[in-house]
Amino acid sequence: MISLKLTLVMIVLCAVLYPLFISGIGRMAPGGGKGVTVAVNGKVVGYERIGQKFTEDKYFWGRPSAVDYNAAGSAGSNKGPSNPDYLQIVQDRIDSFLAHNPGIKKTDIPADIVTASGSGLDPHISPEAAYVQVIRVAAVRKLPEQKIKNLVDTHVEAPLAGVLGPSRVNVLKLNIALDALK
Amino acid sequence: MTVEITGIILMFLITVLFAYPLGKYFSKVFKGEKTVTDFMNPVERFFFRVCGIHPDESMNWKQFLKALLTINLLWLVYAFFLLIFQDKLPLNPDGNPGQTPDLAFNTAISFLVNCDLQHYSGESGVTYLTQLFVITFLMFVSAATGITALIAVLNGLREKTTQNLGNFWNIFTKTITRILLPLCIVGAILLVFSGTPSSFDGKDSLTTLQGDNVQVSRGPAAGMIAIKHIGTNGGGWFGANSAHPLENPTYLTNMLEMIMQMIIPLALIFTLGFYLNRRKLARVIFGIMTIGMLCLVIPTIISEIGGNPAIEKMGVSQLTGAMEGKEVRFGPAASGYWSTVTTIISTGSVNSMHDSSMPVSGVMQMLGMMINAFYGGCGVGLLNYLIYIIIAVFISGLMVGRTPEFMGHKVEAREVKIATLVTLLSAFLIKGFTALAAYMVAHHPETGWAVQPANWLNNPSYHGFSEMLYEYTSANANNGSGFEGLGDNNIFWNVTTGFVLLLARFIPIIGPVAIIGLMASKKFIPESPGTLRTDSWTFGVVTLAVIIVINALSFFPALALGPIAEYFSLK
Repeated sequence: MISLKLTLVMIVLCAVLYPLFISGIGRMAPGGGKGVTVAVNGKVVGYERIGQKFTEDKYFWGRPSAVDYNAAGSAGSNKGPSNPDYLQIVQDRIDSFLAHNPGIKKTDIPADIVTASGSGLDPHISPEAAYVQVIRVAAVRKLPEQKIKNLVDTHVEAPLAGVLGPSRVNVLKLNIALDALK
Repeated sequence: MTVEITGIILMFLITVLFAYPLGKYFSKVFKGEKTVTDFMNPVERFFFRVCGIHPDESMNWKQFLKALLTINLLWLVYAFFLLIFQDKLPLNPDGNPGQTPDLAFNTAISFLVNCDLQHYSGESGVTYLTQLFVITFLMFVSAATGITALIAVLNGLREKTTQNLGNFWNIFTKTITRILLPLCIVGAILLVFSGTPSSFDGKDSLTTLQGDNVQVSRGPAAGMIAIKHIGTNGGGWFGANSAHPLENPTYLTNMLEMIMQMIIPLALIFTLGFYLNRRKLARVIFGIMTIGMLCLVIPTIISEIGGNPAIEKMGVSQLTGAMEGKEVRFGPAASGYWSTVTTIISTGSVNSMHDSSMPVSGVMQMLGMMINAFYGGCGVGLLNYLIYIIIAVFISGLMVGRTPEFMGHKVEAREVKIATLVTLLSAFLIKGFTALAAYMVAHHPETGWAVQPANWLNNPSYHGFSEMLYEYTSANANNGSGFEGLGDNNIFWNVTTGFVLLLARFIPIIGPVAIIGLMASKKFIPESPGTLRTDSWTFGVVTLAVIIVINALSFFPALALGPIAEYFSLK
C-alpha cells in the first residue's frame, strides 16, 4: 500500500507540478518556451536553431542531412567510418560539390560540408565551408566576391570568450542577410 | 585545437568544484543534520503522513530489498499500460500512436532501470503525456532508487555491527525532494533560457526560406532534459538526443548538460568520504576512477580530432576532425569527450552519433560500459566499484596470507561468491546474447520475422558486429546509448534487451546490498597493524588492476572481432 500511495505522490510531484512550473517559467524565456523563430518581412521562415535545406546555387548550403531537414524527426546517418557504401556517398558529394563550385580545389573542401550531422538539423557550418562557397554564390547573384566574403565575415560566430566552442556560421541567418543584399 | 581542449578541461574542473560541496551536503541530508533545504521538512512530513510511512522505522537488508523491488514492479506495470494506451489518452497534440506490446515492454523496463535504450524516436513514439507521466517520472524514481541503494550500503558500513540499513521510503523520498528536484529546477531554468522548448504546443508547420514545407517538433522538453542528465538516465526528448539543436542548443548548454550528468556520481564519492568519515578512501576511489576515465577519454579525443583515414584519402580537408554524426557547434573534441563520459557514467545521452565514431572511440565507449564503475551511474556506479573492491580485498588477502576484511568486517566465502556472480553476469549476458544475435544474422538471415535478421544491421562486416555488441553492452550497463543504425524495434531486440536490462539492473543492486547486509551483522574487528589498509593508494592500484584483468579477460576477444578489427582495416 505504501508503494501505491508513494507512487501517486511522486507522479503529482515529478510529472505534474515540476513540468508545469518549468513551463510557466518558460513563458518568460525568449520565444516563450516555444522555440525562437526567425521572420522575414513579418513571415516566419524558420527557427533560429533548426537548420534548413538549401540546394539552390544562389544560397549557401548547409550540411547533408539524414532526415532531409524535416524537423518532425531527427537522426544521423549512423554510417560507420569503414562502410564502403557510405564512403561512396561521401565521394559523390565531393564530386557534386566540385561540379557546382568551379574553380575550387578538392583540398579546399572541409569535411563538415560533405558529412551528415548528428541531428540532421545542424544549423551551422564551419567558416571554411562558408568561404569555399563564396565564388559560386557571387557568380550566381552577379555580385562582387568581396562583398559576399565580407558578409560571411560578419556572420562568423567566434568561440565564446575566445575559448569556448568552435567557430561557426548559422546558414539560415547568412542566407537571409544574403537575400537582403542589393 | 587548444581552444577545444580548454573547454573540456574547464568542464571537468567546474564539475569537481561543485561536486565536492554537494557531496558534503548529501552526507548531511542522510545523516539528518541541518541543511539549507530544511524548508522541505513539512512537505516530506506531509508525504509520509499521506502514505503511512514511519520514516524512522529500521529495515534489515531483506526488508529493504523487498520495499525496493515491490515499488519497482509497480512502476513497471504502470508504465507498460500507459505506453500501450497512450494514443487514447490526452496530451497528444501530434496524434502519435500507442506502442506495440513488445516496444512498451522494452521502453517501460528500459526507463525503470535507468537505462533508456530507446527503440522509438521521441518525436513520434511517445506523447506529451507519456513523456511526462512515464519517461520523466521514471527518470526521477529510477535515479532515486540507485542512490537509495547506495545509502543503504553506506549505512551498513557506518555502524560497527548492525542489522539496520535505514528506511527505504525515507531515504528515497529525501533523494527526490532534497537532491534531484532542486538540481533539476536549476538546470531546467538554465536550459529554457538557452532556447530549449518548455511549452505544451504541438508541432509547428512552416515554409522555409527556399520554399520547402517542413514541420518542427517541440513540447515541454526542458524539465525532462534536466532530469535526464541529473539522474544519469540519458533518454532523449527528441530522436537525436542531445545532438538535437533544441535539446542542446549551444556550446554552453553542452557544458551544462555535461556537468549535470557528472555531478551526482562525483558528489556521491565525496559523500562516501564524509558519511563514513573515511575521506582518504573517498580520495583514493576518486583518484583511481579519474585515472580510469582519462585512459578512455584521451585516445577517444585524439582519434576524433584526427579524422577518418578513409575520408582523408579522398583529399578533402579534415580541419575540424571526423564530422560524420557530429554537430558543428560542439566540434570533435567536445563530442569525443561526451561520448566517453556518457558511457562511463551510464547516462547514455549522446551529442554525436556513436555509430559513426572512429573505431578507437568505439572501443573506449564499449569498455566504459563494460567496466561501468569509473564514476558510474547515480548510486550504482559506486555499488559496482564496491564489487571490484570486494574481489580485490579477497585477492590481496590470498596474496599476503591474511583473512580478507573490509572496514572491520570479515569478507568470507559467501560474500565473495556473490561478488563473483555479479561480475560474471555481465560477461555472460553481453557475450551470450551477442553470440545469439550474430548466429541469427549469419545462419538464419531469412527467418520470417517482421524484420528479418538480414535487415538488422546498418553497416556491413566488423562494424555490423559492433552494432550488436554495443547494443547488449549498453543494455547490460544500463547505459542506453546505442550504435543506432541497428534495426532494434522488433520483437527479437525488444524482448532480449528487455531481459538483459532487468537482470543487469537488479542483480548488481541486490548483490552489494546483500553483501553489506551480511557483513554488517558480523562481529566488528578493530583495525590493527595486521589489517590490510583499503584506503591506501597501493590498494587503489590493486583494485584498478583487478578491474583491468577481469574486463580484459571477459571482453577482449569480443572487442577484437568488432571495433579493433575495424581499426586495422581502416589503416
